[in-house]
Amino acid sequence: MARNEAHQGNTGSGDPASGIAGARGRRKAVRYAVPVAVAGIAAATIGIGSALASGGDPDLPKISAEELIAKVAKSDVQQMSGSVKFSTDLGLPSLPSGISLGEGGKGGKGQGAEVSPQAKLAELASGTHTLRVAVDGPDKQRLSIVERAAEYSLIRNGDQVWAYDSGSNTVHHSTAPSGKGAKDGKGGRDGKGGAAGETLGASPQELAKKALDAVGDSTSVAVDGTAKVAGRDAYQLTVKPKAAESTVGAVRIAVDAKTGTPLKFTLAAKSGGKPVVDAAFTKVDFGKPSASTFDFTPPKGAKVTEDKDLEGRAEHRAEGMPGLPGLSGGSGAPGLDVLGKDWASIAHFTVPKDLGEDAGKAAEKAGGAGKSAPAGGLFEKFGSKVSGSFGSGQIFSTRLVNALITDNGDVYVGAVTKDALIAAAK
Amino acid sequence: MWRAERSPGRTERRAEERAEGRYGRLDGAVPAGARAVSPFRQLSLFRSEIGTVFRRWRTLVLLGVLAAVPVLVGVAVKVETGDGGTVGGGGGGPAFLSQVTNNGLFLVFTSLAATLPFFLPMAVGVVAGDSLAGEAASGTLRYLLVAPAGRTRLLLAKLTSTLVFCLAATMVVALSALATGALLFPLGDVTLLSGTTVSFGEGLLRALAVAGAVALSLVGIAALGLFVSTLTNSGIAAMATTVGLLITAQIVDQFPQLAAVQPYLFPHHWLSFADVLRQPVYWDQLLDNFRLQALYAAVFGSAAWARFTTKDVTA
Repeated sequence: MARNEAHQGNTGSGDPASGIAGARGRRKAVRYAVPVAVAGIAAATIGIGSALASGGDPDLPKISAEELIAKVAKSDVQQMSGSVKFSTDLGLPSLPSGISLGEGGKGGKGQGAEVSPQAKLAELASGTHTLRVAVDGPDKQRLSIVERAAEYSLIRNGDQVWAYDSGSNTVHHSTAPSGKGAKDGKGGRDGKGGAAGETLGASPQELAKKALDAVGDSTSVAVDGTAKVAGRDAYQLTVKPKAAESTVGAVRIAVDAKTGTPLKFTLAAKSGGKPVVDAAFTKVDFGKPSASTFDFTPPKGAKVTEDKDLEGRAEHRAEGMPGLPGLSGGSGAPGLDVLGKDWASIAHFTVPKDLGEDAGKAAEKAGGAGKSAPAGGLFEKFGSKVSGSFGSGQIFSTRLVNALITDNGDVYVGAVTKDALIAAAK
Repeated sequence: MWRAERSPGRTERRAEERAEGRYGRLDGAVPAGARAVSPFRQLSLFRSEIGTVFRRWRTLVLLGVLAAVPVLVGVAVKVETGDGGTVGGGGGGPAFLSQVTNNGLFLVFTSLAATLPFFLPMAVGVVAGDSLAGEAASGTLRYLLVAPAGRTRLLLAKLTSTLVFCLAATMVVALSALATGALLFPLGDVTLLSGTTVSFGEGLLRALAVAGAVALSLVGIAALGLFVSTLTNSGIAAMATTVGLLITAQIVDQFPQLAAVQPYLFPHHWLSFADVLRQPVYWDQLLDNFRLQALYAAVFGSAAWARFTTKDVTA
């Protein structure tokens, strides 16, 4: 008996010698088909899975745009937790420091003093990040940035605000002025923001609220079908600026049909391509998060920094509160005037010296507009020369925000086209 | 039928002993048509294969090197922080390094994070690549096949012994790290990545879960190595190919331009074991990892089966 043959199979069955080769060939083919089939099934499962996830828009009763906006405004979700996928694509090759995202950076780099919380949040301005959020009432919030083998957490529990970076084992502690700013209008958000301000700035709800605040004559709003987000039925709301010079193509917000909570926020540039900002819940739970979620004690041996300059910060935040680029303009910031209005607004200010640094910081003050100002030496590399009735200057552009810096030190920043900037500079 | 054509060398005699050890109850001589193998003897095949792996000097040296890594890391950290300094200037080095001085348990996580990218899978690649090709190279494979165990079962036994090695290698690193950490650093309540503090007992449980996740992360390369091992009759070639595939996958995993294929590379989700240390545990990546490893095990395991049950074994 041939020891070279497999034991199972035709051992002992006494096939005629001529048939053996053919039978073995066939058997071989059948066996090799198994791994191929396994791989094929896996590929098909992945394909079908993503097709199912994207298709099958839910059937929901019709709703008008006004009703939907009212629903969002009325929505009073106090408790929720979930994961958010947050992607930004500003169209910059790579992000040097000094560039940050709307609210995340607003109180942030401008102050320069502390390294940790704001600098960390600025990282959100590029690439894709996973955030985990948990909210229980107005004074218990948590936001974590999930990193590779590390995590950055911002925890607000009452008037205590902790930031913990597990990667470097450092803690940043501050106290939230509870009450202050918590009730006055826009400050309400900011007050919630105030301390944990950065906390929810990146969540779809906050982004959506800011966009909806800006809804007015200059904006067209429409309900654009339905979608499934994080396994929940949602309406799609499309907000489009009417102004021709705006670089914002459309803002799409998916609103949870039951609770009115925005679940997904997408901001697309007029130039098309991938969304500039895309924040969406991948998992959401409207139950009460466990109380321990908001507990924090600095671990042994961690470096703890106390936040001393609290008042200053709070004020700074209040000023720098502008929402989406140019929406509410950061009009409070000193030395800053806003040309145009709503979507087409352009921030204008003058930088005396140390162009790079200051421009970067100042642009930060203009809120999301700060995205456009690369720090320091990168200025020359990114800019392109322009000249007009204002003289000559450098123009810097991203997919969303453009900035013009004249040789006299005038800076014009806005989510508008380059031509609009040049026209404004006249 | 039992006698080899070439003059019986040392290895072959050893193989005969091994074969007899495996089927000792059959008293050496194996009837050609023996069927109906009792479950007990099935297990004995698995046991003897596992024994074969762990009796090898090579395996013991690999495990010894793995055990030395945490000791090395621990001592280095202790020496560096002996004068009150911080580790690596904060934030550098492998994950969790900054916490090691405060809690020895973190040495377990650091060591696993340090060995998982290369050391652990390399050891697994060596064992998996050697499993069948090594037997073929030393001329002992046919002895194993003469016994009525069947190729499928032999393959399963080889896979099992490799998987046991995955677990053993991980546990060696983890236990060595735990012992070193306990000796050199204080132990106590554990602060998770999310900033939540849990008791030392729960920390230990999480460390065990982390070790389990790491061991499961190695299933993919074990299956891959086994498949490579069925392709060649040279143990060295199989080991080198497996380790080469590992390095290639690790390199491909680095380039953002290749993002489209990266989720399907077996090392892609390896660091997800850290997600066990979040509160609440972040399952997405972990489950992705387990699914991917299961897929590799299914595809390459069945490919190894297809190859091994149909190939001509001449050595």
